[in-house]
Amino acid sequence: MDARLNGVAIRVEALHVVRGGKVVLPELTCAVAHGTVTGLLGPSGSGKSTLIRSVVGVQRVAGGRVEVLGEPAGARPLRSRVGYMTQAPSVYEDLTVRENLRFFARVLGAERGTVERAIGDVSLDDHADRVVSRLSGGQRARVSLATALLGAPDLLVLDEPTVGLDPVLRRDLWQLFHALAERGTTLLVSSHVMDEADRCDALLLLRDGRLLAEGTPAELRARTGVTQLDDVFLRLVDGAAT
Amino acid sequence: MSLRVTGAVAARVLAQLRRDPRTIALIVGVPCLLQTLLKELFAGSSPVFQHVGAPLLGLFPFVTMFLVTSITMLRERTTGTLERLMTLPLGKFDLLAGYGAAFAVFAALQATIVSALAFGLLGLHVAGPQVVVGALAVANAVLGTALGLFVSAFAQTEFQAVQFMPAMVFPQILLCGLFVGRSSMAAWLRWISDAMPLTYAYDALAHTAADTLDGRFAADVAVVCGCIVLALALGAATLRRRTG
Repeated sequence: MDARLNGVAIRVEALHVVRGGKVVLPELTCAVAHGTVTGLLGPSGSGKSTLIRSVVGVQRVAGGRVEVLGEPAGARPLRSRVGYMTQAPSVYEDLTVRENLRFFARVLGAERGTVERAIGDVSLDDHADRVVSRLSGGQRARVSLATALLGAPDLLVLDEPTVGLDPVLRRDLWQLFHALAERGTTLLVSSHVMDEADRCDALLLLRDGRLLAEGTPAELRARTGVTQLDDVFLRLVDGAAT
Repeated sequence: MSLRVTGAVAARVLAQLRRDPRTIALIVGVPCLLQTLLKELFAGSSPVFQHVGAPLLGLFPFVTMFLVTSITMLRERTTGTLERLMTLPLGKFDLLAGYGAAFAVFAALQATIVSALAFGLLGLHVAGPQVVVGALAVANAVLGTALGLFVSAFAQTEFQAVQFMPAMVFPQILLCGLFVGRSSMAAWLRWISDAMPLTYAYDALAHTAADTLDGRFAADVAVVCGCIVLALALGAATLRRRTG
């Protein structure tokens, strides 16, 4: 743990967020280590997207602090260093895959080769010139993911990037995430599917806006004495309730 | 202010419009049809067509671009692309200027084709230079774009956005002086008319039609330009990086 403390990419302290009059995150404190693939897991409605939106600096925050790569979340210098994939695909449906990526790359001021690389990374080479509205849900999600990869950001914040994808594509994407982490990129990846937890270096388990546990999958297993991560989650929930 | 980003936004908006040929056909075709209808309707009384033709030519892009922009921007807000853009190195003004530039290009295309029809085939006549009518049409289009960007913040659905057209545009057209001269309006109506940007846009077109490009005309143009800047500033104020 001490080695990781030296390289914290995201530090969240006593984060308090209210959305539509409802407290979504009462007082969240957690950290994400540099160069890891950290999974943000929890059931839908647990506050995953709100935490992610706070990290990329688009969520109005009522209290606490979020520090990203040594800057306050949303600070101007971070805008070209953080790649963000929203939960619902945020791409232009009436443009082709390549047109979408070219637009985002131009806004970023990224070099031209980054577009073709991103298309290849999400395996959309065969669909690059298709209009997004004609693509399937999973393909659209990958276009949205590709926009986050543009310009080789230092931090990738991905909100449920593997929803609706077939197992082969999911495996390929997780391989890509780890390859990026080896090159020094930090990834925060949310999922509501517990079986993706084992693919992460570290986990943040969230429930009702509270951090249930954080640690590596092995640490959490050792702590709860069960092997299935679904059971780990249940043990932690039961433990928190008593 | 970044020319790269403004250019990227403008190119993207134009690419989106190009993907939608039916909308392009409607944007160009509808004013042509209306000009022709107007000409035929007043076939027995040519002065009416001469009176209404040039203002219609100059004001139509305002209506079109107001509608198209408010819907496009509303989509940007509701589909999450705006939130995505707000995490990128993109200034709010770059985004708005990009929209303005794209629709100005489009308005120029619309004005060129409708002018060719009206001044050529339909025999519309203005005493002043025809090119000024075209330039005013483009300025009015940018004004419509700027106002459309602003009002899109107050609509949650496309149904609502469409209703802003009659709410924001019809009163301006009724009170701008085209249907009833401003001098014969009740005082309180004239005060409202004074506060509406389209009044000045119409006045500038009327001055062009009469070839009285005097100080009054220059003041009208200045007011229209001022309103564009004001509407863009109001629009920028509605774009928030952080939302609830």
